[in-house]
Formats: sequence, C-alpha cells, structure tokens
Amino acid sequence: MSASIVVKSAKMKITKEPFIFYSRLHLIELTGLSASTIPGLLEHLSTINGSSVYYHTHHFIQRHQHLSPEPPNDFAYWVSDVLGEESLGEKLASIDIMAYPTIRGIREALIRTLEEGIKGNRRIKNLCCEEGEEFNFLKSMSFIFRTSHSATTLQEFACGLKNVSISSVYFHMFESRLRLERATNDFSNWLLNSLDEKQLALKIAQLDPYTLTGEGLRAAILKLVAKKIG
Amino acid sequence: MAKLGEYEHIVGKPVMDELYLLSRRLEGKTVQHVNSTAVGGGVAEILNRMVPLLKELGINARWDVIKGGEQFFSVTKKIHNALHGTPEEITSELWDVFFKTGEENSKDLACDAEIVFVHDPQPITLINQKDFRNNKWLWRCHVDVSHADPSVWEILRTYIVKYGAAVFSSPAFSKPLPIRQFMISPSIDPLSDKNKELPENVVEDVLALYKITRDKPIVTQISRFDRLKDPMGVIKAYKQVKKYVDCQLLLAGGTASDDPEGETVLNEVKEEAGNDPDIHILMIPQNDIHINALQRGSDVIVQKSLREGFGLTVTEALWKGKPVVASAVGGIPLQIKHKYHGLLCHSVDGAAYQIKQLLQNKDFALRLAENGREHVRQNFLLTRHLKEYMLLFLSIYFNEDIVNI
Repeated sequence: MSASIVVKSAKMKITKEPFIFYSRLHLIELTGLSASTIPGLLEHLSTINGSSVYYHTHHFIQRHQHLSPEPPNDFAYWVSDVLGEESLGEKLASIDIMAYPTIRGIREALIRTLEEGIKGNRRIKNLCCEEGEEFNFLKSMSFIFRTSHSATTLQEFACGLKNVSISSVYFHMFESRLRLERATNDFSNWLLNSLDEKQLALKIAQLDPYTLTGEGLRAAILKLVAKKIG
Repeated sequence: MAKLGEYEHIVGKPVMDELYLLSRRLEGKTVQHVNSTAVGGGVAEILNRMVPLLKELGINARWDVIKGGEQFFSVTKKIHNALHGTPEEITSELWDVFFKTGEENSKDLACDAEIVFVHDPQPITLINQKDFRNNKWLWRCHVDVSHADPSVWEILRTYIVKYGAAVFSSPAFSKPLPIRQFMISPSIDPLSDKNKELPENVVEDVLALYKITRDKPIVTQISRFDRLKDPMGVIKAYKQVKKYVDCQLLLAGGTASDDPEGETVLNEVKEEAGNDPDIHILMIPQNDIHINALQRGSDVIVQKSLREGFGLTVTEALWKGKPVVASAVGGIPLQIKHKYHGLLCHSVDGAAYQIKQLLQNKDFALRLAENGREHVRQNFLLTRHLKEYMLLFLSIYFNEDIVNI
C-alpha cells in the first residue's frame, strides 16, 4: 500500500495525493488539406500532424454525444455516408482504438484498413464525393485548465466526477492517454497508484469509452465507484 | 436581453463554469468588433448578443459599424456574390469606391482595442491601421468562399494575410493562407425572440395573422429573398411534392440593409408562384417572434440554398425540433449529418424527394428532429460560440497545439 494512504475505516481511504480534475477546451484549426477520394485520404493521412489524427478519431465522440455509439469517427462516417462505401466504413468504425496506446498506432491501423479496402478494388478506389463534401483535415488547439474539483477519497472522487463538465471526463479518459501519451486513463492511474484500488482501476480501464455516450461513460464509472463504496 | 445566468438551465452548470473560468484569463482585455450593418443578417444578430455577454464576463468588448453609401454597399454586394461564386463584373471604378470608403472609415474609426475583430469583407481594409498600432487583428469570414471568383479573392487576400489569424465557419470555406486559420461555427441564441419557446396560442395567432391554416402540412423556407437561397427551386420542389402530398408552402423572409437585390428577387418569386393559393409568400421585416412562430408552426423546414454561409436558419429550425431538408452546401453539412439530424439534398428533385420522405414518415421525421435539437444544444448555441471566441482571443497569444492555461 502506498505510504500516502491513510485508512480511516474499512470503507474510507484517504490519499495525500489528491486527484485534481482538469478539463480541456478545443479550438478547431483548419489545415487547408482535403480529400475527395480514398487514395487522397490515404495520402494526407500518412503525413498529417498527429493532432489531426487524434481530432478525427475523437471529436465525433464529443460533438455527437447523443448519437453514440454511432458514428464512431470521421473517417468511418465519411467513407460510409458520403462515399456510400458501407463495408469499408464499418471496418474503419470497428478499429479497436483502445488497443492502440499511441496516435501513431491508430494512424497505422487506419492506413492499413484503407489500403486493404482499395487493394484490387478499382470501384472503391475510384469513388469520389460530391463537390462540397470533401474530407477536410482539421486539428485542434487544446487549452488545458484546472477545475475547482479535487478528491482525496473515493467519495470525493464520485462527487467531483458527477459535477465536472463532460470535457473533463473526456480529457481524463481519452486525451491524457493518447495526446499526452500516459500509460492509462487518469482515473485508473490515480485509483491504482494513489488510492491502491487495483480492481476498480482495472475495471475502469477495461471500459470501452468509444462505444458509450459521454454521459453513459460518466454513469458507468460512477456505478463502478458506487459499488466499491458500497 | 437575457443575462448569462439565464442560459444555465439550457446548457448546464459545467458549461457555464467553463465560461467564467475562461473569462478570468481575459478580464479587462479590450476587444473591438467591426462589421458593416447593425441590423439584418446573421452577423449583426450574433454581435447583438455576443458583445453584451462578453462585457458581462468582464471583457471590455465594443462593436463598431462602418459607414458607406448606396454605391459602396452595391459594390460589397457584388463582392459578396463573387465570393459565393456568382459571376459579377466589378470594374476598377467600383473597386475605387470600395477602397475610398475604406479609407474614409479608417479616418473616422480608430481600431485601437487590444484585439480588433473584423467581420466579413466590407471593413477588411481597416487592417491598414495595424501598421501604426501595436495590437492583434483577427478577420472573421462568414461567407462560403470555396467557389470564390479568384480575381476578387486575390484582391481581398492582400488584406487578409495582414491579419494575425482568419476564422471561417466551415472547413470547406477556407483557402490556402500563410496565416493561422480557425474554424468557429456561428450560433443561435436560444433566449432571443427568434428562438425562445413560444406558447402554442402565439403560434396559432401568428399563423392566423398571415391567413395560414394548419389543415394541410406546412413546408417552410425562411430566408432573405436572394437568388442564392434558391426560392424558385423551393417552389419547383413543392410543386413536385404537391402531386403526392397535399401540402402548403410558406416562403418568408426579411431584408438586410446591405442587400439591394431583395425586392427584384421577391417579384420573381411571386411570378413563379402564380396563383396557387397554397403558396404563401411573406415579407417579414425584422419580426423575430413572427419568424419563430412560423418555424414552430411548420411541419418541415427547407433550406435549399445554392450557396450558404453557415445557414443559421437551419440551426434555428433544428433547435425548434423540426425535421429539416437542406442543401449540402456551406456550413449545412456541419449541422446535418445526413439521416442523423435531418436530410441533405443536392437538387430540386432531391429536395422534393426528401420533403416527401419526411411528410410521409412521421416517426422517422421525429427521430431526426430530436437528434437535430440535441446536436444544436451541444454545438450551436451562443454559449459555445462565446467560449470559442474567448479561446480565439487567448490563442493569439500562443503558438503551441496544447496550452496550459
């Protein structure tokens, strides 16, 4: 057990290393790059800034929260709904983003899926969108800030999680892991290392946030925490 | 006018907390918005709400409007059309009017705030003041310039590149530029007369005022009478729908003080409508409650624009929980993911087909409408816009992708 933990009762552990809830806000930046075909998409995808790959695989989750679990990412939506190639769109949608600890890994998986999709298939290779419906590569400028919420116990953690904005949940679950390249999501990391809650940390890490709405994700974590608190 | 706190029940406390937190980083900063009209059109509408709210957040915001005669606004209308891709002849004499008016405005209007935020092409030449002022300049383009006449764009470009950053409403609108470009969608104010909830009796009264009954489904396009909004195409689509679904068409719009073409187009529309008693053409100059009621009284709302800025009338319709058929142009695809929040179309035939789909499949229409309203709540309300403007003001002080504030 970490030396920073004080056990007050069977159900109350206090850590001297509080969890600080941060949040982040985005400003979308235009790159000026666009594609109207899958080969065009591939060309830019292999060279575009990593923050653009992150943006297109994650912004849909926050921007279209009410529609989750579909559609999952911009590439899948564009290939399915704009180019009308639903089979390849489904393959892009089903890429297990949780399995990739880095943006580089996600980028490679997307490229591999697209390359396999057009390999030997001239029809798919030649698909072209309507004018005005091109895939526009964007990226985001992130502003990270500390909220007024913090926690030294599971109870305080639950309270903070209930009250922070959904941007904060996304920041700790997605952005910190991929964009700041931390080993796991921030919640699991703190629960494991500062509160010695191994099982709870693991269960949260095992949630697939890509198939839940934002509020659904918050509720799922709160449910796990509540069960632990008893 | 609503105070900031009144938005909390619509967007939630965490969103409001973020606004207050961001505003503390900008407290006391002077921000000067400049555009070309105080009334009419989306830009004036947004600034009317945005400036008081920025002030409430502790930012020293103000709004100035440039002056210009009939000839100047005739040129700027041509520039506007040319940026949208409509062929226009702009002679060197007309450009001279544009530049000369710009110089006169520059003499009368000191752009001395810490951040000067210029909206659209009309006041663009004010950037010349930057040479002798030590402040930050932003250019906000509300127009879809993806099909811009290159000769017009090139002239404007020489001014745009002098700004610190440019802001567009949609990724499709941007052009290669050597300056940083951001995307900020415009927004609607859910508490304004145009968008606030209305009691059913108000909706009924307004419909009755315009002699519209609800005995047949109402298909509506609310837009300025402008060729780029394709009111003629809407009538053609309605005529196709009418063969299968007995409905009525409502075309309603106002005018903006910088749009001299409105009346000509209105007459053309009346001619196309002929004597069909189910086509209602209403000229409604700046009566937001009436517009609101007409939208709420409609069964399907159409926005069949040929070119569009962002298409705030679409946002308004989605916010009112109405099923929408709209052209996939300008900022509309950002607001409507086809078959998720509404239906997109690319032609008169397509518009007719989609209108029929919605009129004849009520459950489908309802589902799209519910999604559409949520999409607007999360992404296109004034509070999101306010947040992004504050982020924009902060962004000009940083170059990194990730900033700790």
